[in-house]
Amino acid sequence: MTAAPARITAKKRLGDRLFSGGALTAGGIILVVLAGVAIFLVAQSLPAFLVDPSEIKGEPDSFWAYVGPLVFGTVWAAALALLIAVPIALGISLFISHYAPRRLAQGLGYTIDLLAAVPSVVYGLWGAGVLAPAIQPFYAWLVANLGWFPLFTPPVSGTGRTILTVAIVLAVMILPIITALCREVFLQTPKLHEEAALALGATRWEMIKMAVLPFGRPGIISAVMLGLGRALGETMAVAMVLSPALIISFIITGSQNPTTIPANIALNYPEAHGIDVNVLIATGLILFVITFAVNSVARWAVSRRKEFSGAN
Amino acid sequence: MTSATATRTVANTYTAGKLPKWTPWVILAVSLLITLGASALMAVSSGDGMNWILAIIAGVLLFVLANWLLALLVEGGRQAKNRLVTSLVTGAFVLALIPLIWLTLTVLTNGFPTLTNGTFLSQSMRNVVGAGGGALHAIVGTLIITGFAALMSIPVGLMTAIYLVEYGRGKIARAITFFVDVMTGIPSIVAGLATYALFALLFGEGVRSGFAGSVALSILMIPVVVRSSEEIIRLVPNELREASYALGVPKWRTIVKVVLPTSIAGITTGVMLSISRVIGETAPLLIVAGFTASMNYNPFSERMMSLPVFVYTQYVSPGTDAQAYIDRAWAGALTLILIVALLNAVARIVSHFFSPKLAR
Repeated sequence: MTAAPARITAKKRLGDRLFSGGALTAGGIILVVLAGVAIFLVAQSLPAFLVDPSEIKGEPDSFWAYVGPLVFGTVWAAALALLIAVPIALGISLFISHYAPRRLAQGLGYTIDLLAAVPSVVYGLWGAGVLAPAIQPFYAWLVANLGWFPLFTPPVSGTGRTILTVAIVLAVMILPIITALCREVFLQTPKLHEEAALALGATRWEMIKMAVLPFGRPGIISAVMLGLGRALGETMAVAMVLSPALIISFIITGSQNPTTIPANIALNYPEAHGIDVNVLIATGLILFVITFAVNSVARWAVSRRKEFSGAN
Repeated sequence: MTSATATRTVANTYTAGKLPKWTPWVILAVSLLITLGASALMAVSSGDGMNWILAIIAGVLLFVLANWLLALLVEGGRQAKNRLVTSLVTGAFVLALIPLIWLTLTVLTNGFPTLTNGTFLSQSMRNVVGAGGGALHAIVGTLIITGFAALMSIPVGLMTAIYLVEYGRGKIARAITFFVDVMTGIPSIVAGLATYALFALLFGEGVRSGFAGSVALSILMIPVVVRSSEEIIRLVPNELREASYALGVPKWRTIVKVVLPTSIAGITTGVMLSISRVIGETAPLLIVAGFTASMNYNPFSERMMSLPVFVYTQYVSPGTDAQAYIDRAWAGALTLILIVALLNAVARIVSHFFSPKLAR
């Protein structure tokens, strides 16, 4: 017996080399762009960390005293938005995946996706021009009747442009994102699990509680995280709706509201010059780090799911 | 032996002890009638206008409560809970429709008169104070900026997707996948800041140009194009590739002549949707493209207006006649929504008519 024939390799044609090289270059460009984003942000924000705080606009005690209220506002607004959006998004996804008539379900899904197609500046316009005035009487009622509750401490905002209005607008904006992902996950529930639950006499809700939700939990977590990432980075809606102040305050119906990092950048950037530009870019870097962390947690939750999905 | 049961005639053991299917609708109608009636009575007695919204909210709440209570009494606790969750889930969906309809109607009613006033689509804002003027410079700017962004993002995104599906193995492919994910999560304003930082290094402080806006938009657009194209190209059945290889066709020709034509509909849809996503981006353009009242056809020099920034500036800095500025903002918003809707519609039509019929 002779030795096994050598492995036949395909002839490397010029076209092949060009094409695969081009594809690899395109991938490389993405890596370069991302590295560029990180490097330029760091390079432009370094002066802000080193500068004498008295040169920063508003003359805070230190750079961190300037950033602190902004970080608080960003996280606080996003958290409120999640608090509103997540239960509703879960309800919508369940409605589309398990309650709506089969033939209507896809169309209803598209309808919710339409919310994602509206540009954020239009949400800002709507939130500031329509929603805020419309909801102000409700805030007045809340403050008058529930003023003892720390979140609703008087006085009430006269314009309705409070952080709660911002949170409502943000919630509407992240609804379609969370819904789209949760819907997909819920539809992937193994049919056998669902049928087994129903066959044991479970009602529809018990079936969802026993089969659908446990199966979809990692997907739900990652969807919520992606929504959070979007809410943290949302700029225009916040910039247009909120009447901002540089404070830390938990009151959600007052006229003194903590602003968010992106809104602060958008409002101050056009007039900023010198060191203030670097300070704003530094806050942008901090925002980038926060959203990066949130998105990493989301991806980690998704990748964990792959390991146990032997069920389907 | 069972004389007690014989007297109780049960029509159908499967439906016994259950509420008929139409019960929820009847309860809903009755509770709405009650609250609307009460509200009307109160309006008549106090002389104020009728509070429709409050009446409907109260009616729905009454329905949820009554539906739950009736089920609890007739069908038992588990069924009652099931009905309660059904009403809550349906309610969540209806709740989400409210802002959608409200927003669409507001934009339509506020924007339509100005949009069709004749000057809005044919003039810029140069030397306009108060009423009149238009958004032509912003529309042109949006088309130029988004066009350049698409010109840069589509080849890079598409080639990356091809690399990931057809060539990518091992560490580099995993790294690219990971960093595309990271890019998807970049907040739009950070993309704008990074682009500004780059252009400031190259051309000095305070630089503004339409092309910089295109670069910022591509940072946001590339990952979307990669994601959607990758998913579509992965759907191309391997048999098609193998059949092509078996005929001796080189790999690159297989990709160009077999894989891409099969998936072109899906790729087009994805690209359209990605354009419709970035065309509404405001924050990065506000930072790197700036704003102006004049026409500017040259993306490589000077400030360039875009439609979202137009809406924003009209809203935040109204002049002496504030209402004219607000009206223009709404008209700009309507134009923007119409463009996005058009792109979405084209995407759906393309995917509907040109997608390959795989499952025959």
